[in-house]
Amino acid sequence: MNNAKRPRDLPALLYSSMLRIRLFEERIAALYPEQEMKCPVHLCIGQEAIAAGVCLNLEKRDYVFSNHRGHGHALAKGAPMRPLMAEFYGKKTGCSRGKGGSMHIADRENGIPGTSAIVGGGIPMGVGAALASSLKNDGRATVIFFGDGASEEGVFYESFNFASLKKLGVVFVCENNFYATNSHQRSRQAACNIVNAAAAFDAHGVCVDGNDAMAVYEAARGAVAKARGGAGPSLIEAVTYRWKGHVGPEADYERGCRPKDELMEWIERCPIKRFRARLLETNAMTERDMDAAEASINEEIDDAVAFAKASPYPDASDLLTNVYAAMQ
Amino acid sequence: MPWTKIYANKTEFDRAGGQKAGLRGLTYREALLEAAAELLASDEDVFIMGEGVDDSGGVFGTTLGLRERFGNRVMDTPLAEGALTGIATGAAIAGMRPMLVHMRVDFTLLTMDQIINHAAKWHYMFGGAFKTPLVIRGIIGRGWGSGAQHSQNLHSLFAHIPGLKVVMPANPYDAKGLLRGAVYDGNPVIFIEHRWLYEHIGHVPEGPYAVEIGKGIVRRPGTDVTIVALSLMVSESMQAADALSKDGKEAEVIDLRTLKPFDAPLIMGSVRKTGRLVVADTGWKECGIGAEIISRVAEEAFDSLHGPPVRVNLPECPTPASPALEKLYYPGKDNIIEAVKTALGDATAAR
Repeated sequence: MNNAKRPRDLPALLYSSMLRIRLFEERIAALYPEQEMKCPVHLCIGQEAIAAGVCLNLEKRDYVFSNHRGHGHALAKGAPMRPLMAEFYGKKTGCSRGKGGSMHIADRENGIPGTSAIVGGGIPMGVGAALASSLKNDGRATVIFFGDGASEEGVFYESFNFASLKKLGVVFVCENNFYATNSHQRSRQAACNIVNAAAAFDAHGVCVDGNDAMAVYEAARGAVAKARGGAGPSLIEAVTYRWKGHVGPEADYERGCRPKDELMEWIERCPIKRFRARLLETNAMTERDMDAAEASINEEIDDAVAFAKASPYPDASDLLTNVYAAMQ
Repeated sequence: MPWTKIYANKTEFDRAGGQKAGLRGLTYREALLEAAAELLASDEDVFIMGEGVDDSGGVFGTTLGLRERFGNRVMDTPLAEGALTGIATGAAIAGMRPMLVHMRVDFTLLTMDQIINHAAKWHYMFGGAFKTPLVIRGIIGRGWGSGAQHSQNLHSLFAHIPGLKVVMPANPYDAKGLLRGAVYDGNPVIFIEHRWLYEHIGHVPEGPYAVEIGKGIVRRPGTDVTIVALSLMVSESMQAADALSKDGKEAEVIDLRTLKPFDAPLIMGSVRKTGRLVVADTGWKECGIGAEIISRVAEEAFDSLHGPPVRVNLPECPTPASPALEKLYYPGKDNIIEAVKTALGDATAAR
């Protein structure tokens, strides 16, 4: 049971969190052909409701572990846009000082201890952070985002078992978008029932519509409360769809990676469009509120892009720094 | 320093009057246990995890009784090496100082993704935002048919990776001091112990002290040849040097202690003095630490060499199980003596 109050403006917060991710990612797609961002980008357009719905349950000090498709998670967890954008441009002012690129973003202040681009690689690290919280008894929750592909890695099962064995405060969030690069879940998984893993480790699992921000929020609400209360890990399988190709700014159906009809069907189920309609129906937000939110996000993005473009590249002397930490 | 002297066992230590000199003798395994106990007692951020760390064997005695004293900071684990390193790394970046223990170095191969792709890179990849104070202990097995998967020497493999540090203490003093040094180094440290050193006894001070990572040490001064040795090969080299001394050949024995970053200035200084070099390694030859040391000497002190350096290594095959083959497999004192003679002989021929 989660006794914490839901924020009064929860619908508006969910909406603007999703929109912030969407507009940020769309801007990257628009700017990418300039070839000034010299790193691969893995966009999460279509999947925004999961990051928004989960992270609105978190406090600043809670941890979020993520993966190569991690821009949305970072934004939803509160990462400012400037250092993120600068990182994509390989600049010294980037969140990883230009050493990570878009696949390796972090924000120490906001509880993002780094993202791994090895599929499944961040999962045990998240469990480790939760172990630290358990040993320190600091009441933090740890959320680990990963994809359906990562649910096939052995390290996922090893980590889940450990988290459950030690009753660690972890929320495993599997964003099931059906595709690992271009391979469909059906060609990779015998059961296509990722949430079942929870039962194997005596943990709670729930499968939700990952395009329904409120459903995700509610699922995560219970899981985060369990995590804080020392009641062990949970697994949320959030079913969704990625609109763009595995990597880069374009859709991939033209290359025969998947059927166009399938994409069109999911675009119809756009998490933001659906939520917008619901907000207007229930008078939770007016069109004017939404326009204002959009304008303010676009300003933030304009500022971040200008900042990133104007920032200097790392110096030659930065090449060999940070290989090792100083003692202590 | 008195503790540079190593004894093969307690009888030798007593015969040499170790206790009488007012210095305490501890075995290598006792030194590791004491270091761990002191670390756990003085720092709540330190914890130990590994398969069987709390069982009646206590990882060959090196974690014995710690669970009883320190509770859940000494934790048994599932057989899940792949995840365990990631879990330890995650705990480290969240402010803990984990010591992860593997009964055999061989088992680290199950977790190379987490060691190399994650732990080794977490500091660099995020521009120095996070530290990874992680110690991974691995034990080298040998003998009694341990075979190909329970006796490997993989230190050179780790020493290839920027972001990792690699240490191989060769005596009880360093076992204790380097463990503390590793825990407070702030980086992922691969800490490799040789099981055959566990009964070795030497002088170990009471109370905490750290041995600095990256520093080798001259165990025996000499003028005719430099022997750079590591782990078990240090004591073999000391015995070889004693035998060579009877023939009037004085070998300088350097205990490498840290493989990455290794103490190049110490080695260069010695080679500039002796002009001859033997590297005695417990591992394979090709692309091994000996190759790196000799390359560095060639780059930095080539003109000091009077002849080609010589390496002592394992034969280029996996470890065999039969005692007849094991005997052929492992080099020791005699091979080092031969290597030194070759190094000196080549020098004579060159003159």
